[in-house]
Amino acid sequence: MDYTIKIGGEAGQGIQTIGGSLAKALSRSGYHVFTHQDYESRVRGGHNFYQIRFSDKPVSAIREKVDILVAFDTESILRHETELTVNGIIIYDSSFHKQKHNEPYFLDVPFSDLALEHGGNKIMLNTAATGAVLGMLGIETEILIGLIKEDFRTKGDEIISGNIKAAAAGHEYTKNKCAKCSFTITEPSNKKMLINGTEAIGLGAIASGCKFYSAYPMTPATGIMNYIADKEEEYGIIVEQAEDEISAINMALGASFAGVRAMTGTSGGGFALMQEGVSLAGMTETPIVIALGQRPGPATGLPTRTEQADLLFLLHSGHGEFPKIVFAPGTPEQAFYLTNKAFELSEKYQVPAFVITDQYLADTQWTYDSFASDKIKYVDRRLRGDELTKLPEYRRHAFTDSGISPLAVPGASRHLVVTDSDEHDEDGHITENAETRNKMVEKRLFKKMPLIREEISPPLLYGDKEPDILLVGWGSTYGVIKEVVDILSNEKRIAMLHFSEIYPFPLEKKLNYLSLLNNSKLAICIENNATCQFARLIKAETGYIFFENEIKKYDGRPFTLDGLLGEVNAHIRRL
Amino acid sequence: MPTLEDYKGQTPAWCPGCGNFNILRSFNEAMVEMGIEPHQFTIVSGIGQAAKFPHYTKCNTFNGLHGRTLPVATGIRLANHEMIVMAVAGDGDCYGEGGNHLLHAIRRNVNVKLFVHDNQVYGLTKGQASPTTGEGTKTKNQPFGVFSSQLNPMALGVALDCSFVARGYAGDSEHLKGLIKEAVHHKGFALVDILQPCVSFNKVNTYKWYGERVYHIEPEYNPEDRLKAFERSLEWGDKIPLGIIYRNNRHTYEDMIPVIKESPLVNQSFDLSKLEAALKEFY
Repeated sequence: MDYTIKIGGEAGQGIQTIGGSLAKALSRSGYHVFTHQDYESRVRGGHNFYQIRFSDKPVSAIREKVDILVAFDTESILRHETELTVNGIIIYDSSFHKQKHNEPYFLDVPFSDLALEHGGNKIMLNTAATGAVLGMLGIETEILIGLIKEDFRTKGDEIISGNIKAAAAGHEYTKNKCAKCSFTITEPSNKKMLINGTEAIGLGAIASGCKFYSAYPMTPATGIMNYIADKEEEYGIIVEQAEDEISAINMALGASFAGVRAMTGTSGGGFALMQEGVSLAGMTETPIVIALGQRPGPATGLPTRTEQADLLFLLHSGHGEFPKIVFAPGTPEQAFYLTNKAFELSEKYQVPAFVITDQYLADTQWTYDSFASDKIKYVDRRLRGDELTKLPEYRRHAFTDSGISPLAVPGASRHLVVTDSDEHDEDGHITENAETRNKMVEKRLFKKMPLIREEISPPLLYGDKEPDILLVGWGSTYGVIKEVVDILSNEKRIAMLHFSEIYPFPLEKKLNYLSLLNNSKLAICIENNATCQFARLIKAETGYIFFENEIKKYDGRPFTLDGLLGEVNAHIRRL
Repeated sequence: MPTLEDYKGQTPAWCPGCGNFNILRSFNEAMVEMGIEPHQFTIVSGIGQAAKFPHYTKCNTFNGLHGRTLPVATGIRLANHEMIVMAVAGDGDCYGEGGNHLLHAIRRNVNVKLFVHDNQVYGLTKGQASPTTGEGTKTKNQPFGVFSSQLNPMALGVALDCSFVARGYAGDSEHLKGLIKEAVHHKGFALVDILQPCVSFNKVNTYKWYGERVYHIEPEYNPEDRLKAFERSLEWGDKIPLGIIYRNNRHTYEDMIPVIKESPLVNQSFDLSKLEAALKEFY
């Protein structure tokens, strides 16, 4: 069982509401769900869609084929009719469209009339449509009713009962009228959690004791701020909407200096503004976590679409030489744990740590049985309380064997905490002394870097342990590459080598990825950008060159399973 | 009780005769007289001659980037609102590079004390015009004279309803010390513009020039009358008023934040067990 539902229409028509309810109803029923959204940079109109793939087996990518298309406008039919599978059905309310479709794969469902007649309000047509899809699939409405009760709990009993009736009416209608519906649904199992990349980063930050988040809204990073802001009161967090990204990163650095874990998030254009702040974090050795949500550039690019093209920009971000830590999660689960690791390492080594994501990972929802909160690490490494008060002396930038100086909370004792964007001495005061400069560079860079590198996990090898064909990726392409490997592994010795901890580049002693690359007959680097930036990073770090074995996509859209499979097969045929 | 000896910092690298020396002395004396210990406050500064200030006194210090003092100060203050947080900047630093942040710090009314060493010139980069340089003034970079109008920080502060707007003068240490104390005691964002002759690059606004013009605002003046304050803020030329131009009792930003009502953010512990509740919402 592996079905795809696509809901298409204009922005503002409730596409997200229907998609969201359906996805949650399916994940609560215990199915594996993967959702993806496609929207334009506008609030009303245009063409948007929400795509849900669900199965009794784990799913981690989108397909090009659609089994149920819910068309809220004519354009959805025009654009997506050809994507329909052999047994696929398009449901639509003919009163929304100028024409009625008589082809057998169309099912006219009067969402609007059903909502008005049964629910008492036309607005409830979204709920009727949701019920209709479940009816086509033969899934009962019990879980949907539960969701309605939760979603509308503040709206009163009348609204709740109206929506329940509208859902039931939609369900009943398709159950009886969809003669062509031939979907076979496996038995429901234990309910699963459904989470997207944005929420996973926000949740990871909260789980790491983040207390201050400042940002300027920018797609696709805004969602992280929204998520954390929603939890401010419950978890004791301050979310500050700064006047610009320059302010956002400086505020976060101020909060971190004052003694709390702090984070900021932005996209490429905003990150361009943050550069001096990144460098400031490097010089003052102030811990900070920065989420970078990539979208296509340059400049404003395609604001609501996806790309993996800011990797090299990020690696070289901030002027001057200083260490940084870069994680590129491939799934919401990795996003959750790597955000936690970013907080841990940022504070432990007093360096900026980055979580690089993109619009695709930010918006895609995945299902999991659970996240293990006991895998979360939290160590407060700041000097405060008695430990600090009893110190005979304190120097913020003291030279130590490890290069890590004690990080004290200002005001918590009589010891003064002094830091500077200028080169400084152990006390934190400005100096131009050449010898001190050398020792500070050695401390910040040469001493810390090897220690940080030891903490970096090796890439993930998925599939054959001695592969002939090796598909290499980083970040958000994880899911789609993994499924390509699953499909091809029946006939080929194939594996995925996925990097989610990117800088410092992982040591080879934990997994000899270089010999895997060298020993494979075909290694292909797969990236959502035009220049294969990760391939360049591998070349710089290891000397390995992919030559022409690159699959690139830079139209602002993510790889689909079918699309990538075709491209990988084309490479294999050349062998 | 702290003494002036406790406030002895590094040896200043300012030019001999610089107005900054007087500001430093007034500041240290004000701290001593108020009984504030060096560890009880943080000074944030950016880049410029004024920005070196915290190194020359004693305090917690974040000497950051050009123009970025106020965002850092805001972050510190929100994380620890029991800490006295001050920002020291020059006119280029604060009114030029950091102009946007000044607008928003005033709007937020976060309880930060901003002391602007206003010498009406870029001193560190050797004499270019600053936002407060008088119109028509010729410099190496502005050979035809400054075309832009002279920024009026006092009028700007009143227009934005800044909760404390005052002007001091480096040549009047006693008066300046009083203003610094008033600013520290005030609840809310305080903008104190300090006229400070630059002996190396500003040949117009000298000690003599100021000496002939500055006067203390009369004691019966009511700084809470915003219209009168606006009128007073426009005075510049033959007579330049010193003192508190405008003051109000707007609520501070920190007062409005629910999560720090009980204790400062920095003192709040983190409880991982609460995570389960957040996780549940995803099912």
